[in-house]
Amino acid sequence: MNYTTGEPIRDTKAPAGPIEDRWDTRRFSAKLVNPANKRKLTVIVVGTGLAGGSAAATLGELGYKVKSFCYQDSPRRAHSIAAQGGINAAKNYRGDGDSIHRLFYDTVKGGDFRARESNVYRLAQVSVNIIDQAVAQGVPFAREYGGLLDTRSFGGAQVSRTFYARGQTGQQLLLGAYQALERQIAAGTVEMHTRHEMLDLVISGGRARGVIVRDLVTGEIETHLADAVVLATGGYGNVFFLSTNAKGCNTTAIWRAHRRGAYFGNPCYTQIHPTCIPVSGEYQSKLTLMSESLRNDGRVWVPVTAGDSRAPGDIPESDRDYYLERIYPAFGNLVPRDIASRAAKNVCDEGRGVGPGGLGVYLDFADAIARLGRDAVEKKYGNLFEMYERITGEDPYTRPMRIYPAVHYTMGGLWVDYDLQSTIPGLFVIGEANFSDHGANRLGASALMQGLADGYFVLPTTIGDYLAGGPFGEVGKADVDEALGQVTGKIGRLLSVGGTRTADSFHRELGKLMWDHCGMERTEEGLRKALERIPELREEFWNNVKVPGDEEGLNQALERAGRVADFFDLAELMCLDALHRTESCGGHFRAESQTEDGEALRDDDGFAYVAAWEYGQDGTPVLHKEELDYEYVKMTQRSYK
Amino acid sequence: MNLTLKVWRQNGPGDAGRMVTYQVTDVSPDMSFLEMLDVLNERLILEGDDPVAFDHDCREGICGMCGMVINGVAHGEQRATTTCQLHMRHFEDGATVTIEPWRAAPFPVIKDLVVDRGSFDRIIQAGGFVSVPAGSAPDAHSVPVKKENADAAFDAATCIGCGACVAACPNGSASLFTGAKITHLGLLPQGQPERDSRALAMVEQMDLEGFGGCTNTGECTAVCPKGISLDVIAQMNRDYLKAAK
Repeated sequence: MNYTTGEPIRDTKAPAGPIEDRWDTRRFSAKLVNPANKRKLTVIVVGTGLAGGSAAATLGELGYKVKSFCYQDSPRRAHSIAAQGGINAAKNYRGDGDSIHRLFYDTVKGGDFRARESNVYRLAQVSVNIIDQAVAQGVPFAREYGGLLDTRSFGGAQVSRTFYARGQTGQQLLLGAYQALERQIAAGTVEMHTRHEMLDLVISGGRARGVIVRDLVTGEIETHLADAVVLATGGYGNVFFLSTNAKGCNTTAIWRAHRRGAYFGNPCYTQIHPTCIPVSGEYQSKLTLMSESLRNDGRVWVPVTAGDSRAPGDIPESDRDYYLERIYPAFGNLVPRDIASRAAKNVCDEGRGVGPGGLGVYLDFADAIARLGRDAVEKKYGNLFEMYERITGEDPYTRPMRIYPAVHYTMGGLWVDYDLQSTIPGLFVIGEANFSDHGANRLGASALMQGLADGYFVLPTTIGDYLAGGPFGEVGKADVDEALGQVTGKIGRLLSVGGTRTADSFHRELGKLMWDHCGMERTEEGLRKALERIPELREEFWNNVKVPGDEEGLNQALERAGRVADFFDLAELMCLDALHRTESCGGHFRAESQTEDGEALRDDDGFAYVAAWEYGQDGTPVLHKEELDYEYVKMTQRSYK
Repeated sequence: MNLTLKVWRQNGPGDAGRMVTYQVTDVSPDMSFLEMLDVLNERLILEGDDPVAFDHDCREGICGMCGMVINGVAHGEQRATTTCQLHMRHFEDGATVTIEPWRAAPFPVIKDLVVDRGSFDRIIQAGGFVSVPAGSAPDAHSVPVKKENADAAFDAATCIGCGACVAACPNGSASLFTGAKITHLGLLPQGQPERDSRALAMVEQMDLEGFGGCTNTGECTAVCPKGISLDVIAQMNRDYLKAAK
């Protein structure tokens, strides 16, 4: 696959001036919409997770007419619900030296200097309001005995800024947003469409003006028009088939928008989470995360000798390699996610992995149990131990857990400017679906923060500036018909192949290919191999997939096939992006770019830019570069030794 | 493992529905229950049959989307477990397993094991929230909350809205679900201003949707994957009676 280079992106719309004033400046310069006119403006919000749910609720409160869509049976099921750990905010309630500037600094550094300073600073500013909002909604955050909010530290930060609700912070925050959304539905400001999937974007007069959706229950294809469209459809980690994402998470909404002109930013940036339960068999459908907090007390090790197949209890201390403690004595088992993940891969590649297939390392609590007692360990981690036991059938109190890295979060997504607007006027993208705030790596407890910052505070302000120019008048019938034709054509094509393989079997094969060649470690050779194989596999898919049933009624196999078709195209762009970026940064490790002792080697002179890909109408992607300037945080090599 | 499955098949809301028997072979004890159904569906697709429709999404026990009655018990016999977290090692080789959808009038069947739980959303719409527009909240520390109350509110808030409580209840009551939300918000100072109107409106909506009354049989809490306690129903009744005075 070839690409060409287009015009660089020079203006991201972030105001100039001191970084702490930029968001204020932008808010003041944003045009306002008169309350009477808000009622005449319709906004479509696709996706009901932390970003989409909070955005739809807030836009409804502001007086806009909102149409909200999700593929699940209720907005309460969005995958934000599965986030465990917590949400960061620069409240400095602990008086431990935290500040907006420090949260900003940690996030830019944690993102390996591939995020935008202006956006990240705003995120840190707004984080403070998120906690206030959630508490006022009745989100039951953990409390101290004095009645104040409890916090903990997370993901390598040296301050205690993570607010949490046991191991279910995502669920509680999502329910807060969901309840706000349901309140607006009852008030009539939001019209909710559950079990609907967006299949295309309607563009008319150069603006995003609506969506084509499929009612998953009746199979009916519907057109919904609006003055602006917001995509809050989450990440695309399921391109790897096995991931920690919910099964339904997909790329269709953002991919179809990309095909209609929205640039795709940094598609190859994937976060690999180090502590997941390893794959146990071919049938497996998803991976389950074990909270990173386990590494506070668990020690990670593998046998010293490759092929040592003794039970863990029979391997004496002298035959064990506590490799994180050995290689990174300063941080030990608490090194960041990208470092811990790659180290696990390396020891498994050496043949020292444990468990079925040799793809696992031990996370051992024997020392902690001896030191603290079983009761104390049970109190701290009991629910996680139980979850592990349920899935694996092994007792982690008497036998070390087995863990392995897995695909968790995608930092890439549709390119947006400071207003969260894509390159298509009127198309806004928020939460994990956009590329903007995490750079090449996401710190723990930052995803919830970004979703809610975008949805409650940033988008409702910036979209007003755009909508002040509306209403935008009639939508061209030809534009709607063209989009409808694309959608029905694709469904018809999928149903008519009548081949001999299921969509899932193709997805599995594609996922394996992506994991092997565009996963934790990438090489030029591997990426070229993948770029050769993906088009072959895609062609086989379109000639040999078997999709049962018809377009009417509930047809889950058809839903799946449509998503797999889009994953093929996205996978190709991910590999191309990974191939062109001949540096290592964050979760993207190019084997050709490493230091003498095997650490990731960034190339700031060559690659301190966002790669924003334009869909080439003749099939050739066009690369637009947005240079990243660091005025407030000095670019340095990250070291954890 | 080899299993005989008796699965409820129903083409749509208007169809009478029937049990259909399938044999599944090569089931691994490490599979989740849903993965076992995936294997069945892969086979059905290749044989040209209609795969079994079932709801699922996160597959880690938290989204509340999956739900089926297994051998007569909502989410199966293992306690405090969602269907996605139920593993095949709990079944005997050669066993017969019956699989049915949630059965309750306010949860109409859409297809096979998929039901419409929109009535739950409408109960929340009636008042299961605190009215606080974005941007108008006071500083989070301005209202302290007793730790005991925060912890108890959290316990009630862990409800995932799966509907197992309704499916297990001989009366088809939604009291555990509704009581959980009323208790969660009622225990926090933020929930006080709307406490009375919330209890009245949510209970009324529950009745309007056609859910039955609670007679304290306790089947709901026995099958609840999050172990929500019957106490929340008592709390709902107290709040309702106080508000109705």
